[in-house]
Amino acid sequence: MADLHRLYDAVLNGDQKTAVAVTKEALDEGCDPMELITKSMVPAMDEVGRRFECEEYFVPELLLSARAMKGALELLRPLLAASGAQPAGRVVIGTVKGDLHDIGKNLVASMLEGGGFEVIDLGADVAPERFVEAVQEKRASIVALSALLTVTMPSMRRTIEAFEKAGLRESVKVMVGGAPVTPQFARDIGADGYGENATAAVALARQFVQAARQ
Amino acid sequence: MPRLDPWTGRGVVITDGAWGTRLQALGLEPGALPDAWNLARPELVLQVAREYVEAGSEVILTNTFRANRIALAEAGLAGEVGGINRAGVEISRRAAARRALVFASIGPSGKMLINGEVSAEDLERAFTEQAESLAQAGPDALLVETMSDLEEARIAARAALATGLPVIVSFAFDTGRNRDRTMMGVTPEMAAAEMRAVGVDAVGANCGAGIERFVPLCARLKAASGLPVWIKPNAGLPAWRDGRAVYLGSPEQFAAHLAPLVEAGAAFVGGCCGTTPAFVRALAAAREAL
Repeated sequence: MADLHRLYDAVLNGDQKTAVAVTKEALDEGCDPMELITKSMVPAMDEVGRRFECEEYFVPELLLSARAMKGALELLRPLLAASGAQPAGRVVIGTVKGDLHDIGKNLVASMLEGGGFEVIDLGADVAPERFVEAVQEKRASIVALSALLTVTMPSMRRTIEAFEKAGLRESVKVMVGGAPVTPQFARDIGADGYGENATAAVALARQFVQAARQ
Repeated sequence: MPRLDPWTGRGVVITDGAWGTRLQALGLEPGALPDAWNLARPELVLQVAREYVEAGSEVILTNTFRANRIALAEAGLAGEVGGINRAGVEISRRAAARRALVFASIGPSGKMLINGEVSAEDLERAFTEQAESLAQAGPDALLVETMSDLEEARIAARAALATGLPVIVSFAFDTGRNRDRTMMGVTPEMAAAEMRAVGVDAVGANCGAGIERFVPLCARLKAASGLPVWIKPNAGLPAWRDGRAVYLGSPEQFAAHLAPLVEAGAAFVGGCCGTTPAFVRALAAAREAL
């Protein structure tokens, strides 16, 4: 019998090899993929987030845990798709036009994937129209915008305006983040939310999805 | 004798302020790589360097923060590593005209080792190439700055030390409740111990949070390293006014922290993002009053 506590520990400790091995074992024994996610992996990532908030974990630990989670999820995804289960949500993410910095964006993307979201990563220096196209094409419900430079923050506003022009503003939730971004700025440009860090971004994305379901 | 002693022996040394924002004021496109202007618009880079020398900077940096192969490649400039770095030092040396020292800037790669975006070998090659190019043009020292990953800092420090020049390594402590860790979780004590072991000439803190946070950081770096400490805080977090970012902290508020920083062991003090020549003038005036 595969030990599901080992899966929890493997994700919490960022041990991708063990996470994948235990997931394989569990599937071979006929465990329900959804149960692996909800009973072991998601609680483990929640604990990772808690430790990050408490400053027991920092970015390296966060990334390793997200990678372990992603490795296990990749085994489960085909099974989930076959059973008709949907990802937690679909997010289009990118660093806004004029800004080449992608560390923060990559981190948020990894954590969202670890949180069970399907992530469409457009990279850095992404024009407003490309965000709009990707949302249309992939039917994403969330857009995550990153900027590191104060001078590229206006590109966030322009991206939101592009969604308004395309008539899509009401169908997506826009979240923003990055070192110079503040909650006040997020409100000023009409974003739906601000994430101070990668775990806050995942919590925000979950809120958006839950609110949409109600 | 420690290699920085001839410069730090007579008290705190005033360094420079931000370059990127000054270059933008002179027409650099938002988001464009400032380093490219060392070749494209050298006269404007020279103007910024001179503003700092005239404001009283005794050390100026070079416009080479992003001029490593990994970062330049993203802007399609991988072939210009040598030229951009050499020109950066030459411009600053011309502006300094022996009135100021020139410390050549080496910033982070912008990629993370931990998730495999770059390998240690990639970093070693990129930092060695940049450090050698800078050294060819004759700076007084090399400054590895805004580091958050200890392993990357170690690789860059070793590459810089291999040139034979004095080396300062400075970290961006901007994370955690007290803003006393780097994004990667590194504390001042960890940074100091590691950099001392590598054999650098000074350690420091730059960018990060507001200047008031730098006083305890400075004391901790000093206590843990026993080395001269380099301090270069931001002007504060930007606020949003009329569609653009403005830094609200005044030069006088900033310079009021000079005395406590010196008390905490700072050997070099200047400003990072959002600071201007006015901040350097305020620091120089505050030093007179020490």
